[in-house]
Parts: sequence; C-alpha cells; structure tokens
Amino acid sequence: MIDATGMPQTAVVIGGSSQIARDTLLLLADRRLRSVVLAGRGEAALESTAAALRARGVEEVMTRYLDVTDTDRLDAFAKATACELDTIDLLLVAAGDLCASDLDALDAKTVSRAIVTNFAGPAAAVAAFLGTLRAQGAGRIVILSSVAGVRVRKANLVYGAAKAGIDGFGLGLADALEGTGVEVTVVRPGFVRTKMTAGLKPAPLAVESSAVAEAIVEGLETGASVIWVPPLLRAVFALMRLFPRALWRKIPD
Amino acid sequence: MSALRRPELLAGWGRVPSSAARVLRPGSVPELEDLLARRGGSLPMIARGLGRSYGDAAQCAGGLALDCTGLNRILELDLTTPQVRAEAGVSLDELLRVLVPKGLFPPVTPGTRFVTLGGAIASDIHGKNHHLDGTIARHLDRLRVATPGGPVECCPGQRGEVFSATCGGMGLTGIVTEAVLRLLRIETSSMLVDTERAADIDACMARLSEDEGRYRYSVAWVDGLSRGRHLGRSVLTRANHAVLVDLPADARHDPLRLELGRPLQVPAAPPISFLGPVTVAAFNELWYRRASRHRAGELVPLARFFYPLDGVAGWNLLYGPRGFTQYQFVVPLGEEATVRTVLERLSRARTASFLAVLKRFGAEGSGHLSFPRMGWTLALDVPLGSGGTAVLLDGLDELVVSAGGRVYLSKDGRLRPEMMAAMYPRLADWLEVRARLDPEGILSSDLARRLGLDGARRPAAAKVEA
Repeated sequence: MIDATGMPQTAVVIGGSSQIARDTLLLLADRRLRSVVLAGRGEAALESTAAALRARGVEEVMTRYLDVTDTDRLDAFAKATACELDTIDLLLVAAGDLCASDLDALDAKTVSRAIVTNFAGPAAAVAAFLGTLRAQGAGRIVILSSVAGVRVRKANLVYGAAKAGIDGFGLGLADALEGTGVEVTVVRPGFVRTKMTAGLKPAPLAVESSAVAEAIVEGLETGASVIWVPPLLRAVFALMRLFPRALWRKIPD
Repeated sequence: MSALRRPELLAGWGRVPSSAARVLRPGSVPELEDLLARRGGSLPMIARGLGRSYGDAAQCAGGLALDCTGLNRILELDLTTPQVRAEAGVSLDELLRVLVPKGLFPPVTPGTRFVTLGGAIASDIHGKNHHLDGTIARHLDRLRVATPGGPVECCPGQRGEVFSATCGGMGLTGIVTEAVLRLLRIETSSMLVDTERAADIDACMARLSEDEGRYRYSVAWVDGLSRGRHLGRSVLTRANHAVLVDLPADARHDPLRLELGRPLQVPAAPPISFLGPVTVAAFNELWYRRASRHRAGELVPLARFFYPLDGVAGWNLLYGPRGFTQYQFVVPLGEEATVRTVLERLSRARTASFLAVLKRFGAEGSGHLSFPRMGWTLALDVPLGSGGTAVLLDGLDELVVSAGGRVYLSKDGRLRPEMMAAMYPRLADWLEVRARLDPEGILSSDLARRLGLDGARRPAAAKVEA
C-alpha cells in the first residue's frame, strides 16, 4: 500500500530499461519498495536494473519483455501482472524514444512509429491497467511527459507532439479518476542527459536522470500532480507559452 | 454485488493516505454478523467507526468498509456494579451524555469524545490516567466479537487469547459488536486541576515522575518548536475528579451537569495549511506565556479538561490537503534521552507543530498489539507533504526501536513493515490467533496490508472479478 508519505511498496514499470525509471526505483528501494515488475524491450538493461534493485534489498523483482507499440498484447500483460502483485501501488510509465524531426525524415512510417512509441503505446498501457487500479481503489500512475510537449518546437516536432498527447492524456485522466483513490502525476523534465539523448547538444537547464528521479520521489511525497524538472522550467514555460509564434519559430535547434 | 454502492474515498483523521472502498452500514448486530460470516473470501473488509484513527486503520482499498455507527444502542446500564453494556458503534459522546448525569464516567477516555466504543477497544486506548488505570482492556468485563466463523464471546478469563488479540488488534481479529464496560463513579462533572510550567523537557519529566500517585490524570503539553535551553518547555496539567465539597456552595445543587458546549466549525477545507511553523510558534508562545507558573485546585468542566480539541470541529482540515500524521511513540523508563533526541530532531527540522503531549505510562496490559507499556510516551502532530519528512520519521523509528520502544498503530500511516516484530514482541502470538479466527484473511485494512498484518497475499486481479 501507499503510505501517508506517498511511498509505494510495489511498482510496475512500463519502459523498464529507462534510466530515469532505474534511478527512481533505486531511490524508492531505500524507502518502502519491496516488489517490482520491470517491463520493456532492452533485456540487458532490464536485468541490470533488476540486479541493482535486488542489491538494494527489493525482495521481488520480475522482468518481462514488453513492446508498448504492440498494443494488442497490453491487456494480457496487464492481467498477468496484476496476478503477480498483491496491489499495484505505482504504475510508472517511462517508455519513449526520440525521433528525427527534420522535414526530409518525416514520412508516414517514422511519424506513426514515434507517436505509437511516445503516446499511443504508453497511453494504451495505462488504459490496460485502469480496471485493476480502479478495482483496487488506490494507486498512483506516474507518466513521464516532457517540456517538449508543453509547446512544440519545430526542431523536435514529432516527439514534442507525441509528448503533448501523453501529457494531455495524463492530466485529463487525473481529473477523470478523481474520487477513485487512483491518482496521476505528470512529469515534465527538460533536457535530461541519458542514453536516449546521448550525442545531442544539451539544452539550457539540462539535468541528470538522477535529478528527475529525486524530483519524482519528492513529488510522490508532496502529492504533486505536475512535476517540472528542474522546477525553474515551470516559470520558463509560463513565459514561453506567451511567445508569439513568429518569434517561437525562430528558436534555433 | 450490483446492490453495492459506488466506492467512496476514505481517509483517517490525518487525511492521508486515502483509498476507495464500498461502505456498508449494517443496521443491527445480527446483520453485521451475517455479513461477515457469509462473505466467504470475496472482498476484504474492515470495520469503521468515526474515522478518528489518524492513518489507514479504518479503510480497506478496493474492499468493504463496514460503518458501525448505526449500532449505537446502550443495552443495559447497571448502576450497582456499575457497568454499561452497549453496542460497539456507540460513541463516547453518546455515552457521556447518559453516564455523567448519573454520576458515572468511562474508566479510560482519549483526547476526543468522538470515537466509538468498538474503535476504542480495537485501538486499546489509553488516557491521562494510564499510570494508574491502564488501558480500556483492563475495564472490559466481556466482549462480543463477530468473526468470519461466527460470533464469539470472550473476556480475560474465557477465550483469553481472543480477548488479548482483539483489544488493540486494529479490527483484524474480528469486529467487536458489543462490550460490557465497568465504570467509574464521580460526584461532580468538574475536575480539580493543578497547572504548572516546566522550563524544559528534563524538568518536565522530573516533575511527572514525582508524586504521580496523587493525581488520577496527569499529562504535559510540550512546545514542540522550542529549542536550545527551552527545548521541551511545557505546561503540566494534573487533575482529579472534584468531589461535592470541592464545589462552591451555589454549584452543589446540580453537581453532575454536563457542559459540552457547541463546537466551532472549521467552515471549509482550506487549500493550504494554516498551521505552518510561524503561526504555530506564535500560538505556542502565547499558550506558554498564558499558563500560570503554578496554580492549584482550579475547577474546570470535565469536557474542557479531557477534550479541549473537540471545541473546534474539523480542526484536522487546518493542516491543508497534504494532511498530517501524529507521531506517537513510547520508550521505557530510563530512555529519557531518546525523548529528548526526538524532540531535538523535530524542533530542528521545524516540522513539529502545535503542542506535543508527554505522559508517563504505567504497566503494560494484556493486548498482544496494545501500544502502551511502562515508560514515556510523546505524541506530536507532524504536517506531511514537504520533502524530507518521511526520511526524518524513518530515522525516529530507528531511535525508538533501539530504545526498546514502539509506535502507536492507531496514529500511524507510514511505519515500515520491518519494524513491526521489533516494536511488538507479541506479534507472533497475535498472528496465530488471527490465523485461527480469520483463516481466509477476510478482515483486512490498508494498515494491515501496509504492515503485512493480513497474512494473505491476494492478486490485484482477483478484485477485478469481484
């Protein structure tokens, strides 16, 4: 069960090979975490995170192959996972990947794939768990969004548009779930130095994945519904949302 | 199942954590007994009274909460023994209105009268008279307990292990439906109160250790925000029930008049906390300065002495939507340094809020999971929702455990399961009785699941079909 300080005892991670997910789970392992299901594609990364969690004293860590773009499998996965844990305190959705956005690269397949990876797949995964979460009358869904989705830039337009989708889905879902005992947190990091962004030039206010993890754990404790990392980005984007489009489109990559 | 209501969001007095459960309101004891005996293994359930435990003891996520406040009949009042037989959903408030005018008083009362008799037994409550009178279990003549196997009658001499597992058992061995409680005779509804200030925590504990036999009720209110040489400055209030001759002549014609007053109501749940370090420090300063250095024999209506916080209905809302917990622990005599260290850590973190309550407990009772034991108990409200508080409290648990102490489950919403066996050495006895009374683990609560007390792992998916 989630305790009065917001700390979960069990977690299911969609996108379990994500570095932010790994850092978050390691922090939660020092608190109350005892059972985890890690689902994702990168087997080596899943196993490495599982080993690190066991070493931190998490009693039970299970790894499962899951490709969120294979949305037909998500219901079966959710059902099997619900049988493996006595409750799902935390559903952490960290699946996603960057995608080329220059005009020459924009074809139907690339765009569709990016949207399934970053929006349709993660949203469908959340939906697959909704029945279990509502029936258990408690739980928290944490969705990794991005500031890229707060206002979409041309340099990052497909990823940004998909993140805008998952962000809106998360906020709307939070409202829809009011009174059910299930709560939703949307996390909006800026540029995070991870293997996903390796080789890219860091944007201003770039952070390490551990900073995102710390912000998530603090957000669980404060019950925040939206978490900006670093927090200054909340103010920055309050301004950026006001930029006229003529100016906005001049922002370099 | 279609006849069931929609789930409602439930929480304890601290407002966190919350979870949704379907609430049923049985209208009679047989209805409740039937509900428990028939409901073989489908949905877990827990009894709920007035929701005054601070954490997650009276909620059951995804299951059923049995609201027992409808079972509130006073069945028999024996003026000779004296004792009262009542249904467990009766509140202390309702009991006081009947008992006090007849010159009777509950043998043990907590700091609020808005608790049910059943909840009081499940928490094995203590009062300001614990050093002399122990917990409520010591004053119970008999219990009737609804269990999945059917109703069970118990008392210390008959099915004593069921009695000991149920008193303080957090509603997890069965649901108390009826109790016979022995009562105290009083001559007046007034208290004769002695008040004195203590400059710091050491002086306070020294004073509480002296002449404790002279007062039936004894407690110290501690300023949790004072630091340095003022650490733990406090106001001791110690009292006895006033007898007739203590009253002024003009009050003697109606000595048992019960004045409960009309509580102020917190009009709406504020979106932020009003009880921050600044407002609380100001309040505590004022309160300490106003207290007399030493005043003896003041006549005070019993409600004002026992239930000062009941004067503001819904005071818990003032902590804001992020809620709060009450950290109450006990450590053995000789561990005064631990009390001091806890106060130091909390006052340094500026989280300790309002007034803490310090009391010296007497001998331990028979309840397997009963909280009180001989020693010092300190209770402090701790606002939640700022990063760092959780880790701070975990650190306090370590201190308390290494001092041989424990944390009070009825106040708790955040203890880690690993602490249970160390804090409650009779946990194994309790688990054994529970496994016998409720082999399928039908009685469960968020607290039970968080602390691993329910002994049953049920897959999350099973509840979808239910």
